[in-house]
Amino acid sequence: MTSLSSNTLSRWSTDELLCWSLRGIATIAGAIVILIVVFLIVEALPALQHVGLLRFFTDPSWHPAEGLYNLTPMLWGTLFAMTGSVLIATPLGILSAVFCHYYAPLILARPYRRLIELLAGIPSVVYGFWGLVVMVPLIAEIQPPGPSLLAGILILTIMILPTIALMADASLANVPQQYLRGAAALGLPRWATIRGVVFPAAKSGLFTGVILETGRAIGETMAILMVSGNVVQTPSSVFAPIRTLTANIALEMAYALGDHRAALFVSGLVLMAMIVALVVSAGWISRGRMYG
Amino acid sequence: MAETLSRPQNPREWLALVLVWGAAGLVTAVFCWLLGDIVWHGLSHVSWTFLTAPPENAGRRGGIGPILVSTSLILGVCLSVSLPIGIGTAVLLAEFTSNHSLFGRMTRRSLDVLAGVPSIVFGLFGNAFFCKTLGLGFSILSGGLTLACMVLPILIRSTEEGFRAVPTSYRLSAAALGLSRTTTLVHLLLPAAVPGLLVGLVLGVGRAIAETAALIFTSGYVDRMPESLLDSGRALSIHIFDLSMNVSGGDANAYASALVLVIMLLAINGTVSWLAIYGLHRKIVAA
Amino acid sequence: MYQFMCFSRWKACASLASFLIVASLGIPGTGAAQTTTVEKLSGKLVITGASTLAPLIGEIGKRFESLYPKARVDVQTGGSSRGVADVLQGLADIGMVSRAMKDEEKDLHAFPVARDGVGIILHKENCVQALTDEQVVAIYTGKIANWKDVGGKDAPITVVTKAEGRSTLEVFLHYLKLKNTDVKAQVVIGDNEQGVKTVAGNRHAIGYVSIGTAEYDTSQGVPIKLLSVGGVAASTETVKNGTFPISRPLHIVTRTPPVGLTKAFIEYAQSKAVHDIIKQQYFVPLVD
Repeated sequence: MTSLSSNTLSRWSTDELLCWSLRGIATIAGAIVILIVVFLIVEALPALQHVGLLRFFTDPSWHPAEGLYNLTPMLWGTLFAMTGSVLIATPLGILSAVFCHYYAPLILARPYRRLIELLAGIPSVVYGFWGLVVMVPLIAEIQPPGPSLLAGILILTIMILPTIALMADASLANVPQQYLRGAAALGLPRWATIRGVVFPAAKSGLFTGVILETGRAIGETMAILMVSGNVVQTPSSVFAPIRTLTANIALEMAYALGDHRAALFVSGLVLMAMIVALVVSAGWISRGRMYG
Repeated sequence: MAETLSRPQNPREWLALVLVWGAAGLVTAVFCWLLGDIVWHGLSHVSWTFLTAPPENAGRRGGIGPILVSTSLILGVCLSVSLPIGIGTAVLLAEFTSNHSLFGRMTRRSLDVLAGVPSIVFGLFGNAFFCKTLGLGFSILSGGLTLACMVLPILIRSTEEGFRAVPTSYRLSAAALGLSRTTTLVHLLLPAAVPGLLVGLVLGVGRAIAETAALIFTSGYVDRMPESLLDSGRALSIHIFDLSMNVSGGDANAYASALVLVIMLLAINGTVSWLAIYGLHRKIVAA
Repeated sequence: MYQFMCFSRWKACASLASFLIVASLGIPGTGAAQTTTVEKLSGKLVITGASTLAPLIGEIGKRFESLYPKARVDVQTGGSSRGVADVLQGLADIGMVSRAMKDEEKDLHAFPVARDGVGIILHKENCVQALTDEQVVAIYTGKIANWKDVGGKDAPITVVTKAEGRSTLEVFLHYLKLKNTDVKAQVVIGDNEQGVKTVAGNRHAIGYVSIGTAEYDTSQGVPIKLLSVGGVAASTETVKNGTFPISRPLHIVTRTPPVGLTKAFIEYAQSKAVHDIIKQQYFVPLVD
């Protein structure tokens, strides 16, 4: 692929045109992120000026009506919910894809894939609603109050599973047949082939899937609002209620004015910073090893 | 794909078998529980009148006709904007930029960041940019454009993966035959990369149809039949949210609307898959 | 063959483009062309604000549109503060506010359309039948943490409260003379129905929601019950005759004195003709 990346030898003018129009299109895509960050900064400016960035992590609590703006408990809430759900969803999703390709009889594989595609499209409110009326009472039986970090993690897992499962499914499908035949010729049993040949061959797609699902987990608003309790505190156990930064924005934006509203945009900026940190560290971990 | 030896040869193989079937079984069970719940509560309320009549009494009675039209229009706007931009960017990233170029890495990183932006931030951004700055107001167009921003990263990344999966031999053969890069792209690579594109499309459509927080602030709450793209129109997911969380006694119709949404999604996914595989992919790749 | 395919592809593109252009030459912006004669009332009204009021004003708007076919009433949600902000910036013609007006909003013109009571709900199977105001204060500030201290079973109390800024919360706290920092809750909810579902799913929960919502849900068999407050039973009747102590007014507001279509709509919304809609949405019509 790198050998064809320079266009100077191409004889056809359409190629030049194509290259430039593609660059224009890609710039639009890249510009959206910049626009969003600029928007967030502009809206958050009043709070940053009146309250100051440090107070967002050192105030005693989050009570905007009294001018207290501590984001840290909600930051922990977001981190725990995201980590828990990604840790559970990734193996389940990848194993689902492996099931579809290598273990399922053909008659089961196609409906299973359709099922997962369907689940990618169910609205977060339906997940949240179901979680609220089915899952939360069950957890309340085990340990009150019910709406908790655990409920949030479980619902998020169910929501991000289709992303990783479908991406893994597509990457497994792209593994060249020669690799599988080579492994069979060497007499490798099924799981050894999958672990030793298929996973390394598919690793760029799997990695992309993990990034996309983590992004989705950080950004989910509605469902986690309905099941995780929304109490601003650092959780002491999985059964304790938490509030994530996204749920906070959704809950309070409707009724916030002035500095409170700007403070909510500051939490939006903190979320963006988290995502950027995640993406940069993922890029650093995978540098050079994913592509090429 | 049973080309590998199927019978487990040793304990590790047995363990893998159990884990894989267990994972699939768990996932199926949870999802059947969820879908079963929706079907159980919603099936009795779905009827032809429900699909075509306008909502009455804040949605507790009547149907979802205008809402289905608004949802389809929003989805249409979203896809017609995000598909060209998405495929174009994916092609650029996969074919025209080297793996280590700064432009490529920066674009990929910013797309990953975009994939993680919370839906409510998209809603607020869409409201400020499309509704206010561009002056579109609460409209289907604003909603569709905001959704396009949300769907782009998924679409681009998985289409790019699809292009990477196409064997280099295709490109080299095309170059050897003297085809221009545009022709190679349009007639050879794009059909071959269709599976990756399809995954992105399915995930993107799923995300778009499921979006609530972004649409409340952009395409709005009005449940009248829209007369143009600049009219405000309520999307199905917002209707479900309103009925289940805001309107007392709206649960029954909320389930029915959720069921209609699931069926709509099934139809869209099925059609898109069929068109893509049989219309494009099969021309290039033997079954 | 190739040229034919190219041409038909161009035709498709051209027709799509022209369709989009024609489709976008649609409805114009807000507040244009409002004539003042009642028979010829036309134009578009944009109303934004509290999600509690949105279904009610939406239904009133639909009936208004059926009376005056050339008028259009567009209702959007976003919260009481958004309603106030949009009206001040001129982005909306009317705002919906689900609370009493604050001091800094006194220069807006407010028109009350209905009242809404706020009642305390428990799970139906909770054997506690009544709570005094002092007990409610103690429960919500965390001093009483077990139902056995108020005559119930030996189980921890799950306190459900609303998110900061919501008018139901402010009305409730105002009655109990508490500040939000004093409240120690286990669950914080956003909308009324979320509160109902949370309490219905937990036998040891206590919460507060709009009385109309709770009454309707009880009549549908949802396992919750309303408690009396200060000795007065909680129902839309007691809110209507003013004996129930916790209630809030629901307003629609404008920035300037209303004229034309805006004025006609506000007068309609305050008239007796919409009392049946107000009752249908489980609010209390104003007795005038």
